[in-house]
Amino acid sequence: MSQPLAQPLAEPSPASKRRARGVLGLTLAVGVGLPGALFGLIVALSPLRTIVPAGWSDGEVFLLHAVGLVVLAVVLVTFGAVISGMSVWWEMRVSSRMQSRVGYNRVGAGGFLQWIADAVKLLLKEDLVPAEADGVLFRAAPYFVIVGFALTFVVLPFGQSLIAADLDVGLFYVLSVTALVVVGILLAGWSSNSKWSLFGGMRSAAQVISYEIPAGLAAMVPVLMAGSLSMQTIIQRQGAWPWQWNALTNPFALVAFFVFFIAQLAEGNRTPFDLPEAESELVAGYLSEYSSFRFAIYFLVEWGNLWVMSAVAVTLFLGGWQVPGVGLDVYEAARGAAGSIPGLGWWGLQVLSMLVFVAKTLFLVNVIIWIRWTLPRIRVDQMMSLCWKYLVPFAFVCFVGTLFWQLLVTARPWAALATGVALTGAGLVATFFFLRLTLRNVSAVGDRVDLTNW
Amino acid sequence: MAQNVRAYAAAVGTTVRSIWHGMSVTLSYLLRRPVTIQYPDRTPLPVRDTLPSRYRGFLEVDAAICTGCQACERACPINCIAITLEKDPTNPKQRLVTQFDIDEAKCMYCGLCVEPCPTGSIQHTREFEASSADLRTLTFRWAEEPFPVYKVAKDATYYPRVPLGSILRPMLEARRWDARGPEFLPPAETPASAGPAGGGRAGASRGTGGPASSAPQQESEKKP
Repeated sequence: MSQPLAQPLAEPSPASKRRARGVLGLTLAVGVGLPGALFGLIVALSPLRTIVPAGWSDGEVFLLHAVGLVVLAVVLVTFGAVISGMSVWWEMRVSSRMQSRVGYNRVGAGGFLQWIADAVKLLLKEDLVPAEADGVLFRAAPYFVIVGFALTFVVLPFGQSLIAADLDVGLFYVLSVTALVVVGILLAGWSSNSKWSLFGGMRSAAQVISYEIPAGLAAMVPVLMAGSLSMQTIIQRQGAWPWQWNALTNPFALVAFFVFFIAQLAEGNRTPFDLPEAESELVAGYLSEYSSFRFAIYFLVEWGNLWVMSAVAVTLFLGGWQVPGVGLDVYEAARGAAGSIPGLGWWGLQVLSMLVFVAKTLFLVNVIIWIRWTLPRIRVDQMMSLCWKYLVPFAFVCFVGTLFWQLLVTARPWAALATGVALTGAGLVATFFFLRLTLRNVSAVGDRVDLTNW
Repeated sequence: MAQNVRAYAAAVGTTVRSIWHGMSVTLSYLLRRPVTIQYPDRTPLPVRDTLPSRYRGFLEVDAAICTGCQACERACPINCIAITLEKDPTNPKQRLVTQFDIDEAKCMYCGLCVEPCPTGSIQHTREFEASSADLRTLTFRWAEEPFPVYKVAKDATYYPRVPLGSILRPMLEARRWDARGPEFLPPAETPASAGPAGGGRAGASRGTGGPASSAPQQESEKKP
């Protein structure tokens, strides 16, 4: 068997080579062009509110800003959908590698266009409403879910001036609109009139409402440190370097970061907390009875939440869009006079800050995917005990601890920097040991690091 | 559940440690090369060529040495072979095989048809890939053109069979996955006395009323 398999592959024909190049080109055009265009539009449209063209009347300026905001809203929702589809593709590729297989590779180069194919397939399916379902609620439920998801993008920052609206109550707003998703899930579970859906919806309600408490308490820690609920202010009070991030200047915030991260996983119904849609018990949980576009919406929101969760965690704990070496005054200096169209340098800084933010967010997205394919689903009682016996007490301790920590930092300002450096160093050491353990795991079975054959 | 502080701390510690190790294991798999082979694109040889030589794949009939004895048809336990013999209109002493259909969709690859074949005309090949959109494409018609039966010489010591698979493989390779299957005429209007015996040969036997059945010289195919 191994003898014939060792023979070399036949040389591909010129026609198939041309075709492969065409597929690669199309994949790159979609994979780079689509997010590139969306990010570009976000960069171009977000600061539009601050620009008042000279000589325009108030009415014209208002119209310009209104049109800009409407277009920006469409762009942000599209961005949510696109990033969700791409996350699905990336998750499937990563998970297949973790399971020693190749995964998606038929549609487009590396199977990249699979998410588009999946979406088209779902749109072409029949839109079923079960005969015994509560039709109105059944149809309404996906709207709650998609609205709760889309509304979070209002206050998600992408860069220094790249935010749809920097609300004073930004974080509070995020926590409240994400609660709409629970309403949608509960409605879906109830109105489907199916035991699987009902169990899934009830589990989801119990889970999400329970985990709101540790998530909210942990989210209060950066609020205490920044003295503001505004997403941009929380980022501006942090520094760019790792030892200036909220999570590393305060040991309580580091614990709070993990508590918040775990609670976010549970609120997004991600493994290991995907009990509401546990395939082995509940078929697909609350969305068992859904098909077609309504099903696609649940799917979109679930994967789009990867970005939302990561972006919120980066904003609160990991320094947001702060670019190392670029202080807030640099942005001010490059901005020029208020109301004018900013110079090229300012736009460059915006793109730079967006790159930093996107890089950090994508890193956390990868961690979430990585966790999903590492940890098995936990039981319902374990899920509840984790929340109430571990996360809630820890979050309370962090909350109270941060109050005293802020007193200490006010009295001894060097304490924050010293903690930051110490925790950054500890993080680097932990990373080193982790990578060493990983390489040992690779070589323990006589294998080697090989990233070919994607 | 934790009953005291020590158990509580131990639970936290165990969680952290097991996640630390578990994440490392999954990351180590991410960094390795997948063990799967991408069938059928990246197999260095077609998989059928790597199968054991006695693998029972699709049946192949070498019409050049088929004696038309119908032993295979009788041996088939599920009647997936249908053979029709007729007299050659130009030469009454010559018999023609006008239909030799094997329904590979029904075939259970038992090999019972291969054993009674006097010349080794019908054989299992190693071909197995014939996924198609139309189930009827799996009915292989070995007598698209009627062929004369093979006369075995009295002192024959071997039969000139072409290499195994050399007829079937070009057939399969020329076929598109969405090709239409052969058109069969509807079952012939038979009196009820023919009953289940005649109608029982579904699938391939849908062809027993095939294009040649209206020919006047058809021999009786009823076997006891």
